[in-house]
Amino acid sequence: MTVGIELNGEPVSTEAATLADLLEEKGYNGAVVATALNGTFLPKGLRAATPLSDGDAVEVVAPMQGG
Amino acid sequence: MDFYGFEPTSRLFLGTAQYPSPAVLGEAIRASGVDIVTVSLRRESGAARAGQGFWELIRSLGVRVLPNTAGCHSVREAVTTAEMAREVFETDWIKLEVIGEDDTLQPDVFGLVEAARILTDSGFKVFPYTTEDLVVAERLLQAGCEVLMPWGAPIGSGRGLNNVFALRAMRAHFPDVPLVVDAGIGLPSHAAAAMELGYDAVLLNTAVARAGDPAKMAAAFAQAVAAGRAARQADPMEPRDMAEPSTPVIGRAVLGDA
Repeated sequence: MTVGIELNGEPVSTEAATLADLLEEKGYNGAVVATALNGTFLPKGLRAATPLSDGDAVEVVAPMQGG
Repeated sequence: MDFYGFEPTSRLFLGTAQYPSPAVLGEAIRASGVDIVTVSLRRESGAARAGQGFWELIRSLGVRVLPNTAGCHSVREAVTTAEMAREVFETDWIKLEVIGEDDTLQPDVFGLVEAARILTDSGFKVFPYTTEDLVVAERLLQAGCEVLMPWGAPIGSGRGLNNVFALRAMRAHFPDVPLVVDAGIGLPSHAAAAMELGYDAVLLNTAVARAGDPAKMAAAFAQAVAAGRAARQADPMEPRDMAEPSTPVIGRAVLGDA
């Protein structure tokens, strides 16, 4: 089943059933990232058990330069 | 004075943003001899994976990271960002920024106190980016903060210590709280002045990253911070208004009419 979500602010459609599947599908394999679902932190350990629904907003962030 | 149990060898904390290249960033960190650098979180693209290389570089430098919540304007954003940072960077340290006003990047001190309480309650060690307001500082301590980081001047302005009177008052009012001047430092002399006031550390970024020679400037800041700290420990003289001869007057030869 395809769902329409927002990934880092961009609309995407995905076959992924879970957040873990989405990361794999979008090329984050093995990357050091943290995730939030609809504005709430979603720990790494819960990604495989977290289904995606139409309209979900997913944020994927990684280490970046900061002051 | 330690920072949540960690005693750094250098009292300079350095930001990692705005350097001309990753190589120059690495050189500046090595030249400064800092133990603590600030880092951030930003959206990662699965195609570019830009953050992965940056993280490799920081890890190779053997420094401790202090993740920030830069750019967050609400308590919720700041708390979520802190939670993501704790997982990614594997540290419970967080430089808490809740921005209230975009021209000055002045902290929203009301949101700051609220977010600090939420985060300390869930086990974070919070380094709040705050103003020099003593009442806000008290509230932050009550919220569980064990370090305070008042601004010297607006972030990136390079104006130095805008309110020396208030920074001195803060030092006097909180003799046992680790205090860090964070933001606004433009020159090594500003950093030395902060340390001479008795501050425990100085956090800066732009002044090094935007210098013509960041590594050289990083080393200059390290020397200034060390000099300012040593001067404070040496107990400086009090200034006075009138001159007093430093050469002894007694024994001066009489060589003619006065």
